[in-house]
Amino acid sequence: MKVLTTPIGEKEARGLRVGDVVYLTGTLITARDEAHKKLLEHGSPLPLEGGALFHCGPVVRKMEGTWQVLAAGPTTSARMELFEADVLRKFKPRVIVGKGGMGEKTLAALGEVGAVYVHFTGGAGALAAQAIRTVTGVHWLEELSMAEAVWVFQVEKFGPLVVTMDSHGRSMYKDLAVQVEANMKGIRERIRGSK
Amino acid sequence: MNLVEALTEALAQAATVLSPDVVQALQAAREREEGPAKVQIEAILEDVNIARTHKVPICQDTGTVSYYLRVGQDFPQLGQLMQALPEATRRATSQVPLRPNTVHPFTGKNPGDNTGRYVPAVTWEFVPGGEAEIHVLPKGGGSENCCVLKMLAPGVGLKGIKEAVVEHVVACGGLPCPPTVIGVGIGGGADLALKLGKLALLRPLGQPHPEAEVAQLERELAELLNSTGVGPMGLGGKTTVLAVHVEYAHRHPASLPLGIVVQCWAHRRGVVVVHRDGRVEVKR
Repeated sequence: MKVLTTPIGEKEARGLRVGDVVYLTGTLITARDEAHKKLLEHGSPLPLEGGALFHCGPVVRKMEGTWQVLAAGPTTSARMELFEADVLRKFKPRVIVGKGGMGEKTLAALGEVGAVYVHFTGGAGALAAQAIRTVTGVHWLEELSMAEAVWVFQVEKFGPLVVTMDSHGRSMYKDLAVQVEANMKGIRERIRGSK
Repeated sequence: MNLVEALTEALAQAATVLSPDVVQALQAAREREEGPAKVQIEAILEDVNIARTHKVPICQDTGTVSYYLRVGQDFPQLGQLMQALPEATRRATSQVPLRPNTVHPFTGKNPGDNTGRYVPAVTWEFVPGGEAEIHVLPKGGGSENCCVLKMLAPGVGLKGIKEAVVEHVVACGGLPCPPTVIGVGIGGGADLALKLGKLALLRPLGQPHPEAEVAQLERELAELLNSTGVGPMGLGGKTTVLAVHVEYAHRHPASLPLGIVVQCWAHRRGVVVVHRDGRVEVKR
């Protein structure tokens, strides 16, 4: 089991390749659409360099004064394509955790900064929550509400995380799209030949 | 158990316990897959186990709640039923808890209890008899964003329908959290086609449409989609869909509406039956 521990150095991030399966230990910070926008407009309420950003709107509740995370799977990363390249350049997180992959702008920024995009199984919110040991902070909760706030989690062996976009310009999504398109040629013919 | 309690229980079960037919389909997928695809299905099944054991939501996106009702024309407690739907939504939101997911489109304000203007969404169908059957379908945003309506030219026929469904599901890739369940609504009109797609999701997996021609289309679409290679989470593999369900209505001669409803692997649903004597029953 390959475990990445935050803070993650540029060299370590550049050592990761598409297809690697890793787990994360340390600090994991959530940021969705509104948080990305706010990070770029107002700056970050906490240091992000070497950190891991998580596209996630968790279900949390306060039990006896302590935040408890019940479910925290990833949200669709494509929406953050609007902001991620700028966030990567400005704050230098080394790992972006999400689902569904991101586009060319992010892929280029991952290469420039030395960072990776990793995929966590979409919907597996309970599995994710189990790896979250404590909540050590929350920012912008009042303004952005539960799903959009910036939550700071301490995690242990959070995963499995599949590296699907690396700092060498490779994207599993692009590779797969080529393969699926090849399969589609035969499928289209079968449909045309059917009743 | 009264009606509100039963509906709250059905919502809680839907959020935390994946129904056996869906689990079975995922287990079958695990047997088929290897490599990254198998890693995904194994993570899903582990997640399902944790959620059931600890009574926590399967997915953090506990969705927006919708109800589909088949109400007997002689059902005596209609007023009570109407009030119970939003009330159970509020209760389940605080008890499970569910993520507050209803946002005002103009102000961005979230009432915090999963209710609001027109939500929970309620679809009423009146049938003979004196019972009421209430289906709960909390559905996540990722898969809902992949639902579309196509107004096809009737001349394209079944081939055109197959092509449109396959091209669309492939274009969605990993976004709706595959392996998905696809609800296909054919005919009716623009609104009805999508509604039929949603109603098709209420049928348990492994139960084909009772009409042979429709069941044949369901099988064919599932087989075509599973040979695309999109795979679990869009990372490649043999299981892009767990099932395809088709429903249809008669159409206008000039129209061939096609509603494509995409549902994530966390296909959460539940049923409450209210008997004529007032007894309520929570089913899966």
